[in-house]
Amino acid sequence: MKLPLFFEPYANLAKGHNPKLQMSLIFKQLGLPLIGLLVFLMLWSGAAKNIETSLGNFPGPVEVYQQFNNLLDEHQAEKEKAEAFYQRQEARNAARMEADPDFVPTIRPYTGAPTFIDQIKTSLFTVFTAFLIGSLIAIPIGILIGMSDGLYRAVNPVIQLFKPVSPLAWLPLVTLVVSALYVSESPMFQTAFIVSAITVLLSSIWSTIINTAVGVATVSKDLLNVSKVLNLNPWTHVTKILVPSAIPMIFTGLRISLGIAWMVLIAAEMLSQSPGLGKFIWDQFQNGSSESMSRIMVAVLVIGFIGFLLDRLMLVLQKFVSWDKSAVLR
Amino acid sequence: MSNQKNTNLSRRQLLKTAIAGAIGMSGATGFINLAQAKVGWPEKEELKLGFIKLTDMAPLAIAYEKGFFEEEGLYVTLEAQANWRVLVDGVVSGALDGAHMLPGQAIAATIGYGNNAELMTPFSMDLNGNAITVSNRIWEGMRPYVKLDAEGKPIHPISAAALKPVIETLNKQGEAFKMGMVFPVSTHNYELRYWLAAGGIHPGFYAPERGDTAGMINAQAQLSVTPPPQMPATMDAGTIHGYCVGEPWNQQAVFRNIGVPVISNNNIWRNNPEKVFGMRKDFYEQYPNTTIRLVKALLKAARWLDENNNANRKEAVKILARPIYVGADEAVIANSMTGTFEYEKGDQRAEPDFNIFFRNHATYPFYSDAVWFLTQMRRWGQISEQKSDEWYHQVAQQVYRPDIYQLAAKELIREGKFKPSEFPDFLTETGFKPATNEFIDGITYDGLKPNDYLKQFEIGLKGADKV
Repeated sequence: MKLPLFFEPYANLAKGHNPKLQMSLIFKQLGLPLIGLLVFLMLWSGAAKNIETSLGNFPGPVEVYQQFNNLLDEHQAEKEKAEAFYQRQEARNAARMEADPDFVPTIRPYTGAPTFIDQIKTSLFTVFTAFLIGSLIAIPIGILIGMSDGLYRAVNPVIQLFKPVSPLAWLPLVTLVVSALYVSESPMFQTAFIVSAITVLLSSIWSTIINTAVGVATVSKDLLNVSKVLNLNPWTHVTKILVPSAIPMIFTGLRISLGIAWMVLIAAEMLSQSPGLGKFIWDQFQNGSSESMSRIMVAVLVIGFIGFLLDRLMLVLQKFVSWDKSAVLR
Repeated sequence: MSNQKNTNLSRRQLLKTAIAGAIGMSGATGFINLAQAKVGWPEKEELKLGFIKLTDMAPLAIAYEKGFFEEEGLYVTLEAQANWRVLVDGVVSGALDGAHMLPGQAIAATIGYGNNAELMTPFSMDLNGNAITVSNRIWEGMRPYVKLDAEGKPIHPISAAALKPVIETLNKQGEAFKMGMVFPVSTHNYELRYWLAAGGIHPGFYAPERGDTAGMINAQAQLSVTPPPQMPATMDAGTIHGYCVGEPWNQQAVFRNIGVPVISNNNIWRNNPEKVFGMRKDFYEQYPNTTIRLVKALLKAARWLDENNNANRKEAVKILARPIYVGADEAVIANSMTGTFEYEKGDQRAEPDFNIFFRNHATYPFYSDAVWFLTQMRRWGQISEQKSDEWYHQVAQQVYRPDIYQLAAKELIREGKFKPSEFPDFLTETGFKPATNEFIDGITYDGLKPNDYLKQFEIGLKGADKV
């Protein structure tokens, strides 16, 4: 049985194979990142003590850790409040049914404010929605313009024109258009959610389009010839030849897109006050309490960590679908 | 089935009362016969209300936390808004069912200045609660011109006259004097202008007919909009030299050691009206029971805040300090909410009336309050043409709705939860407070005669004046 690469040195160490080499492998794998993190934490706490703002000292790792725990506690407390809310509601509905037999009770969702954890969930949901829809639009466009040089030349100027536009420039336009077009008595999604999703989509699809196009355009001549010789129909040509060989490039594009999407989302939420981590940060900034900076720092670290996880997730996906399992991906 | 009938009946009666209220100010007397009507179930139960991170949003937070909304069968979500613009747009567009609002916003929208929508208020949220703060540098300049008592402490109220020489020095150095307020039609804008003008400083005119909505024509002090929570940071960055804002953003400046509050608005105009609960007029027409129940919940919250000589204020401070409401530190919020106010660092003074939520009939929407805001809009050119006294009164009746307030109050009395003595005497109440001269410049305001009132000011438009 083959162990995952990560555990190999430990297994070998346990078996007593060349302990010196195994130790150095482990040090590389675990020790160096740990040292990097430790140095960062030391620099951070050292610098934090010396940055004085009008709201007090910049928070160090300890304060941030405490706030992180506080935020978790608040989430727990809010969950308990929500339960009490539903119980009160049921009691009230029951009482009203006695007084008013025609009354059909409906359970109203909890009206309390979203906690930090809720905001993380909202942000993740928004980014995945935007990213999925964006990819469904971007990959086909990329394949099409990758296949036809003429089409590529026609579409390229538009892509180049919109690629460098900042999400913050899109936001006001998107807000106005969405509020004009998306009018309904009981909307399925909140307007704010749609605004941030569209803004994210508009700013993040470009790298997927370009990378897909390049990937498709640079498929090896041999493979194209094979397709010609076998006289494959266009659909099979795309699904069996073009897409598989363009997969590494498509995924490079998707990974860049997802990274951009995540960054853009936080900015969009901050600006448009739509629920999510961005709003959490903005609210804390507005509060101007002595805890605000630590809380913002918690959010910054969480955003970074989630961004990292999202990237790893794409990497795992890429390894899974890529035909060349030996390619080094990082 | 019989209940169904009751609901319909009361709804019809409600409509009748609304009409009676619209007929005229004396219409108030028309309510007596209908006092017995029971308010039916709410037509809309899930509501989203907006607020700005200021301590005077307290009635909303308290009504939520103390379960007053739920007692009325309302499931309310409170949502902090980024600034007053976003908030009023939310109410106008219907994204918000109601909000902690600047009275000027409801009035301006109704007369078509800025937004254009029929807004109204059945509930006034508080009296006083604002202050004017200047940066440390400006205060250093002002101090030599401020009268001191035997202990060397400044004698309050401080007149803007002490600021005048500072502005002149700044201007000589080629620097304009700039101050922040929260919105063009905000109470803060009018209070700041009032204080400046009373001290002989011209705060500038608006000329909307020429498309000038900056309000800086002829200005010796340039006033611009900054959202409340960003005031301290903006002043710290040097963009503005001072500001007028509600709490806790004046105390925040003291705590952060970046500025000095010089006067509270209670000292500019004793017991002046501050925020209102604003909503669309058609919301009431569509959901009369919901509206009345909302007012009932807010009345309970307002009374809770002032009950037993402000005994509950400490608890209120704890609630407001939560990040989802005001979010500033408890100590900062407590300063103004519990009856003291810190001017210069260490100069703590008793201000028992800094925030009034229920006493002195603070919640009743008096027509004369609306008229005052209109006179200030006229004074500074936001209303560019002369209007008749009748016009002022008409607009006031359109926006301020004591009729709805009275329905809610009577329901609370009927339920035995409030005593009639806690409200104005609805049989005689005309909606006009008696004339008062408790202003920093001693000028008498009588809501019945807005044009005469305007004539008394040295600085500002009056009669048929145009900018």
